[in-house]
Amino acid sequence: MDTTLDWFLPYYFYPEVVLLTIGGLYLYTFGLIRQHQAGERVRIWPAISFYSGVALIYVMMHTGMDYLAQYLFLGHRFQHLIIHHHAPLLLVLGGMGRVFPWALPRWFLMEVRAWRRMAVVRAAWRILGNPLVAGLLFVGLIFIWMTPDAHFEVMLNLDTYRVMNISMVFTGVLFWSVMLNPRGRYRGGYSFGLRLLLLWFVMLPQMFLGAYVSLVEHEIYDVYDVCGRAFPISAMTDQRIGGLLTWIPAAEMMAVVALLVIRLWMREENECAPGAAVRHA
Amino acid sequence: MVACGKMPWLVGIVLTALFVAACSDDPEFRSRDISGALPDLEFTLEQAPEERKVTEADFEGKVVALFFGFTHCPDYCPLTLAKFAGALDGIEEELAQDMRVLFVSVDPERDTPEQLAQYVSGFGERFVGLRADRSTLRDVTRRYRTTFSHGEPDENGHYDVAHGTATFVFDRSGEVRFLARDDAPVDDLEHDLRLLLEGS
Repeated sequence: MDTTLDWFLPYYFYPEVVLLTIGGLYLYTFGLIRQHQAGERVRIWPAISFYSGVALIYVMMHTGMDYLAQYLFLGHRFQHLIIHHHAPLLLVLGGMGRVFPWALPRWFLMEVRAWRRMAVVRAAWRILGNPLVAGLLFVGLIFIWMTPDAHFEVMLNLDTYRVMNISMVFTGVLFWSVMLNPRGRYRGGYSFGLRLLLLWFVMLPQMFLGAYVSLVEHEIYDVYDVCGRAFPISAMTDQRIGGLLTWIPAAEMMAVVALLVIRLWMREENECAPGAAVRHA
Repeated sequence: MVACGKMPWLVGIVLTALFVAACSDDPEFRSRDISGALPDLEFTLEQAPEERKVTEADFEGKVVALFFGFTHCPDYCPLTLAKFAGALDGIEEELAQDMRVLFVSVDPERDTPEQLAQYVSGFGERFVGLRADRSTLRDVTRRYRTTFSHGEPDENGHYDVAHGTATFVFDRSGEVRFLARDDAPVDDLEHDLRLLLEGS
């Protein structure tokens, strides 16, 4: 990172990041255009949210930020805060599932419908779409990748590092999609109350882990010593800030999503609960 | 019932895997085994003091230890090189002659070719000082998942250099095998180097 240009270029070139970015942008943009051509209302805020999410993921994984994430523990924790929590939430709020199909050819959508009728796919869909499974994957992966031994291997081996980062994006999108599915109990989906409880259960272990990492008196993640740090800062300072990033902003995200879930809950109560029509009358 | 029906297969697969692992003739390193975690040995650098271009081909058939440091380093670098020198002292000459410790300077501005050559020669004839311009150094360190950075100079022009503390050790075919840490006991290092040197 010796020139300003280095900060804008990828530290490593990851084809999967480029493909997902271009694929996502293509599907969303053409989806919006086709929606508009069909006379459907194009909503501006979800679009801003989606594009911001894509931009954040790209910047965190394919610029000098990726260098900082590899050679500073706090950089790594910041990268995961964005690619696991913030950016996936923005993608989900962008309504990908609503917009993407507009960009896809009819024959492909028919194929997808046929796949979704297959027993295996339906079972996988049901398992992954279960809030408990999505929540376990979301928080479980944080713990797996932050186990000191696993963390050492992952940060040293570029292939596993790439798997880790992509897995964070996917489990982030999965968890927020399940949490913010507008279909609640009245519409055959999962109860909003259960989701709020789950958010709390997902938040707690992250807070404990972050607090432990930031408050403990010895170095846990020594791979950054072994590989060198992007800046000459002490190992303990690096670890403390990284722990705080795991602890506080991640917990705040859960509070933000809890408010969004409560909003969806109130909307469904107003529309579907017994007596809702009377109240509207 | 379906799960029970598949159990003998699962048990068979697990037992086979354990058997294969047990029969594997991979050496048991006392240091951290990192086989396959890093790319094979490959570089083009300048050897101090004559600034001759050298590549991995110049060390073909040798066991190579790769360390990134700087000659003004007060702790990790001299300690690491001294440990390798100590470990090599304990290994018979006919084996030890196939070992090279490559010390790549990440401070080429201060480490002149002469200074670097003089520094590494203090640890023994199997120690090689290598240099490169910043851009080449970035490429080599990126390949081996390590980095370096320079702090701000003080009023006397002295500055701190942050760098990795581990040494990556490659076998005779240029494949990475283990990671030697700065706090590794000399005996363990000697044991692991001997395993690689005795390998064909």
